[in-house]
Amino acid sequence: MASLIGSYSLGFGLFFSVFIIFFSVRNLRDTEILDKKIVSFTFIQFFLVVISFFGLIISFINSDFSNETVFNHSHTTKPLFYKISGTWGNHEGSLLLWLLVLTLFITIFLFKSNHQPKKYRIFTLLFQQIIIIGFFIFLIKTSSPFNYIFPTPNEGLGLNPILQDPALAIHPPILYLGYVGSSIIFSSALAAMVTSYVTKEWAKHIKQWVLTSWVFLTLGILIGSIWAYYELGWGGFWFWDPVENVSLMPWFALTTLLHCILVLERKKILTSWAIILSIATFALSMSGTFLVRSGILNSVHTFANDPERGLFILIFLFTLIFLSIFIFIFFHSEKEKLENNFFWLSKETSILVNNWFMMYFLSVVLIGTIYPIFLEVITSNKISVGPPFYNKLILPFLIPFLVAMAIGPNLNWIKSDFKDKFYMTVFLIISFLLSALIIKKFDINFLINTILVTSAFFLFFSTSREFFVKRFKNLSQNIAHFGFSLLILSILFNNIFSNEVITNLKIGETFKTEKFTINFENIEQEDEKNFKAIIGKFNVQNLDGSLDILNPELRIYNQPNIITSEADIKTNFLTDKFMTMNYVQNQEYFNIRYQVKPFMIWIWISVILISFGGFLSFFKKRYEI
Amino acid sequence: MKSKFIPIILILFFLITFVIFFKGLKNPNIYTPDVNLKKEVPSFKLKSFENDSIVISEKIFKDNDYYFMNIWASWCIPCKKEHEFLMELKKDDRIELIGFNYKDNFTNASSFLKDLGNPYDIIVSDKDGSVSIEWGAYGVPESFLVYQNKIIKRFIGPINEDNLLEIQKIIR
Repeated sequence: MASLIGSYSLGFGLFFSVFIIFFSVRNLRDTEILDKKIVSFTFIQFFLVVISFFGLIISFINSDFSNETVFNHSHTTKPLFYKISGTWGNHEGSLLLWLLVLTLFITIFLFKSNHQPKKYRIFTLLFQQIIIIGFFIFLIKTSSPFNYIFPTPNEGLGLNPILQDPALAIHPPILYLGYVGSSIIFSSALAAMVTSYVTKEWAKHIKQWVLTSWVFLTLGILIGSIWAYYELGWGGFWFWDPVENVSLMPWFALTTLLHCILVLERKKILTSWAIILSIATFALSMSGTFLVRSGILNSVHTFANDPERGLFILIFLFTLIFLSIFIFIFFHSEKEKLENNFFWLSKETSILVNNWFMMYFLSVVLIGTIYPIFLEVITSNKISVGPPFYNKLILPFLIPFLVAMAIGPNLNWIKSDFKDKFYMTVFLIISFLLSALIIKKFDINFLINTILVTSAFFLFFSTSREFFVKRFKNLSQNIAHFGFSLLILSILFNNIFSNEVITNLKIGETFKTEKFTINFENIEQEDEKNFKAIIGKFNVQNLDGSLDILNPELRIYNQPNIITSEADIKTNFLTDKFMTMNYVQNQEYFNIRYQVKPFMIWIWISVILISFGGFLSFFKKRYEI
Repeated sequence: MKSKFIPIILILFFLITFVIFFKGLKNPNIYTPDVNLKKEVPSFKLKSFENDSIVISEKIFKDNDYYFMNIWASWCIPCKKEHEFLMELKKDDRIELIGFNYKDNFTNASSFLKDLGNPYDIIVSDKDGSVSIEWGAYGVPESFLVYQNKIIKRFIGPINEDNLLEIQKIIR
């Protein structure tokens, strides 16, 4: 029943697109005010998608296995929470979520843009409708969440256990708010070009949307990363997997866009940057969807390999790209006055420098992600690009980037004299001495690591100082930049000081290293609703005499029958102790992986700080000097 | 002139990307390393295990000699099992053993060799595992028999008694 309603309201929703387009085009010529009908229709369309989405959620809650999506991804013994989150834990449902966010954002956009020019609002709506129609057709034609199965099966196939996790239940909605939210930036950038509205006012208006997407995208990536850390069990937080990369690329583009918008809000420069980045962000989000959903790359997000789906997104993606190129060519003209604008040591320059660095990082990730596809098609060679590639290409450029980031915000607009020279020099010296002292103790490449840590410390000190000098002025930027310096520092220390042991242990055995002794005491069994758990009891004796008790788990899920291993992590402010236990077939022993990961929690905290900085920006009228 | 040039390049670029993605959709996407049999050995440049000097592959592999390239790590349990056979193989002076210390740290690896003996003539450390991937390795342990700069036999997983006999037969 719920499925039926959902299915029909989806059809009606598409139907409303026709109305909206019809009335919008008519309204373009008519009056100066926006037709109320258009707003209502947009709202109704959004409402219909909501109904459809709730229809699917209710089918999942009731375990209505006559619905193919529910049958494929749910099971009666699953806890209610995961029944609900299962709604977007599959291809069909997550696309419905896409559509929901698309319509939600355009509805809010229309409600909140009363003071904007009518033409601009209508064009934004029209471009957004093109995207919405594309996704409606995609959903209904190739991946309907409401397919009917007869006879009704008694039991479903179950949700992949690694997706049965609180972090992963909220990861998709949050990430989508950022990922799909960039659609509104895309539509509005196209509209602004068509109506020649690429101005300070536009920047002021779109800034809110850029910030919203950016904050949610940052948090979404963070949650995904935390999940991968404790669930996938290899003990890292970033693996340069294509799936992670496709979320990072829009993030780079969006972060750059955010900086451009902040400038554009004050002065009419960098307009081409802003427009191209607006388009690029959404195009990258779409290509991300294409890359992970079409099956062209293998990943946890590839739910089903159906070439028809891939083909549809591919054609749709390139239609949007070509549409934006044509609009850019025909409508965009750069009318910037370049005479008195750029002084070499000004804030604009430093933002431009930031842009180029970001574009470089973006291209490295882009090439690393799609180069294997290109190579395979052209030469049928298969390669895989891993962390060494990214480390080699990104790390050296991180150094000047961090230094520029420390100096940039202290430069005034237009002209700037180096008033903080003294502090900067002192900070640089302190940073260098500190890093050299820390790095010297470890048997690693001294030069590059010292310089890296120095530049990270330098940024850390100079942003910390800002808090005292500027107090509440520019607090949001400061928090975000401070968070970033903390992030880089934590990542560096995490990499340098990490310790890892992988060994096989039987019950009762111990494993000794110079720094700690691992005792495998016992195992226990527990029965949960949808899985059976084997819990290992370990204690780890550290060199300083302290004792850690770690209980990693093996979970044997009943439906589908999959074994997962749950890491046990003891977190404190300095280090994470991380242990996973793996089952080795037909052997008495278990494979144990024990890691000591310093500053792990600071990685999460600093990303939260970064997004909190973005969140604070909402309440500010505009960027201050 | 300039204003027309850029759009054309842009459109061409995206068209090519489209075609490549389109073709890529039809390819299977499961990654398996090539089995590099009868292929030239991939060249590499790695740090020596004992000190920081650089070892170049061209200087190791000479014609008319047999080489046994073994990927190992101290954290790898099956490596311990195959170690006795490696020690056995070491006695044969018609073959040179080359160890690839895979994603390991120096302390653990050297105590591993101290406990079980060092069968290798040359050890290089493949810290990030990238060279092993270039050789097409599936994991640790894995070994390659090299002759005249070509991989003539490949052993996935620990070698055993039979493999040892097989190798001794080949190099005779």
